Amino acid sequence: MTAQTPSFAQSTWLVAEREIGSKLRSKPFLISFGILFLLALGGVIWAGFSAKSAGTTPVAVTSDAQQYVTGVAGLDITAVADRAEAEKLVTDGTVDAAVVGGGDPLGFSVIVESDVPSTLLMSLSQTPKVEVLDPANATDWIGYIAAIGFGVVFLFAAQTFGATIAQSVVEEKQTRVVELLISAIPTRALLAGKVIGNTVLAMGQVLILAAIAVVGLTVTGQTTFLEGIGAPIAWFAIFFLFGFVLLAALFAAAASMVSRQEDIGSTTTPLMLLILAPYFMVIFFWNNPTVLTVMSYVPFSAPVAMPTRLFLGQAAWWEPLVSLVILAVTCILAIVLGAKIYENSLLRMGARVKLSEALSR
Amino acid sequence: MLELSGITKSYGTHRVLDDVGFHVASGRLTGFVGGNGAGKTTTMRIILGVLARDGGDVTLEGAPVTAADRRRFGYMPEERGLYPKMRVLDHIVYLARLHGFSKSEAEQRAESLLVELGLGERLQDNIETLSLGNQQRAQIAAALVHDPSVLILDEPFSGLDPLAVDVVAAVLQGRARAGAAVLFSSHQLDVVERLCDDLVIIAGGTIRAAGSRDDLRAQHRSHRYEIVSAGDAGWIRDEPGVEVVSFDGGYAVFDAADGEVAQRVLRRAVAAGDVTSFAPQHPSLAQIFKEVIQ
Repeated sequence: MTAQTPSFAQSTWLVAEREIGSKLRSKPFLISFGILFLLALGGVIWAGFSAKSAGTTPVAVTSDAQQYVTGVAGLDITAVADRAEAEKLVTDGTVDAAVVGGGDPLGFSVIVESDVPSTLLMSLSQTPKVEVLDPANATDWIGYIAAIGFGVVFLFAAQTFGATIAQSVVEEKQTRVVELLISAIPTRALLAGKVIGNTVLAMGQVLILAAIAVVGLTVTGQTTFLEGIGAPIAWFAIFFLFGFVLLAALFAAAASMVSRQEDIGSTTTPLMLLILAPYFMVIFFWNNPTVLTVMSYVPFSAPVAMPTRLFLGQAAWWEPLVSLVILAVTCILAIVLGAKIYENSLLRMGARVKLSEALSR
Repeated sequence: MLELSGITKSYGTHRVLDDVGFHVASGRLTGFVGGNGAGKTTTMRIILGVLARDGGDVTLEGAPVTAADRRRFGYMPEERGLYPKMRVLDHIVYLARLHGFSKSEAEQRAESLLVELGLGERLQDNIETLSLGNQQRAQIAAALVHDPSVLILDEPFSGLDPLAVDVVAAVLQGRARAGAAVLFSSHQLDVVERLCDDLVIIAGGTIRAAGSRDDLRAQHRSHRYEIVSAGDAGWIRDEPGVEVVSFDGGYAVFDAADGEVAQRVLRRAVAAGDVTSFAPQHPSLAQIFKEVIQ
């Protein structure tokens, strides 16, 4: 007979716990996550084998640059007399790149035809200037794959758990269980619990995938690639955390405006576009530094664009911090706005609640 | 004691509640009856605070009801709803914990209540696999598990078979005896009549009658009497101020113009022979209901 009024935090955690528990008991969720897990594992293993079979990178080196490549593993070095001969070998495809002395403050620079070989750059102790002979064809497929990787993980996790939040909000409205819940706990505790529960799940998924990538790359011996991608992955996890909370608050608010599962689309479609847009934009514009820079500061695309820029070496050390502050502020605004819409809409059954009505009062 | 006074509520220009006031006493079962759309559900939702009122007060022991008070309320909404994919026991435990019980205590209370309501065999089944009647029992458990001091139940008996009605009725009576104030609505007037101590009748958004069941019966007593006598009672038909409803030898049911007429009939009957029974007939709740909502 000792019922004490639970604190806000206790109520919130009870709701979060139920959200997590009910998701982990859902077979469709476990199956789709299993598939994603296997795909990620397969991808890493495949990448490991293909890197091994490619063996070494053929590189032309002039005598005055010899000192910069000694002791660097994975290079098949062809000694050349001068820069002209090096450029000729690069152009005809005999070597993937040339390391030549002089010019740059570092004392050497790298010449490539069109594709920047990330593995070469990452294996050099210092990052030199890269001269591209045929910039029109420039593509760095590893950068592209990294961009898609971040994009897919963000898209998948945000879409899965955004939809989960939306469905669970509407389920509670539709079954009227919400009337029981909010006669017991504050509306905001219910909202906070849902956001936290699903964030824990989404973060868990992202961290498991990140762990697969790190462990997989280590096991397959691609330590140089790992050194290049490690920091961007860590940044991605941090950005994802804030980016997801932002979306989760908005999904909950949008879903609370309708009363039936069939109507969810009418209010959550704009949010789905906010998730899809960065994914497609990073695929189309990953090699356009201007667009990518803008995207890396826009809160909805920053979780994908900023880690991609970091991976490509385009971002200065302070840039992710600034972008993160912008994202965090947006996140707080979204929570305040989302809570207001949620509180005003939750008990209004029947027709869709108009946004103006949900925001007034 | 839970008290409502001057409650009003409009949807647009349509006024659904107009100056609604009544009280629900602790330790008693109060039946809330009214036709479809009379305002029962709206009133209950306002008591629970899931719907905002336009005017009026809801007080508990004289003080306005707060969110903390409402945490000690038990509620069964009109449209039933629990999470379909949650196990019965888990669900009731979850609700008990939201109301502030520790995990072990919540488990203990939920299990004993579900067993009491006849769901002991179904504790580990998902809600969605239960029959409608059993979902109804689970819903009642959801309203009762935190041992509320005020119970607001919207149609708790709809969809239950007669045996289940008895089980639920016994549980509610037990709660009232333990001191809870219980308000329940129902369309099954016979159940309300059998069960409730107090009655509130609502129609068209206004309270038409409220008070104890016995007082209401007394107020609405008609001058209908039943008499059983030894001889032939055919003479009653010719008595002035009397209208015979049914008649069979020495048995008659009649409406008297007033109490004086009835006494005159009794005296004459006694003079004519032995009278084995003479009694005023109590109006049924259905009759009172029809009368007050007109």
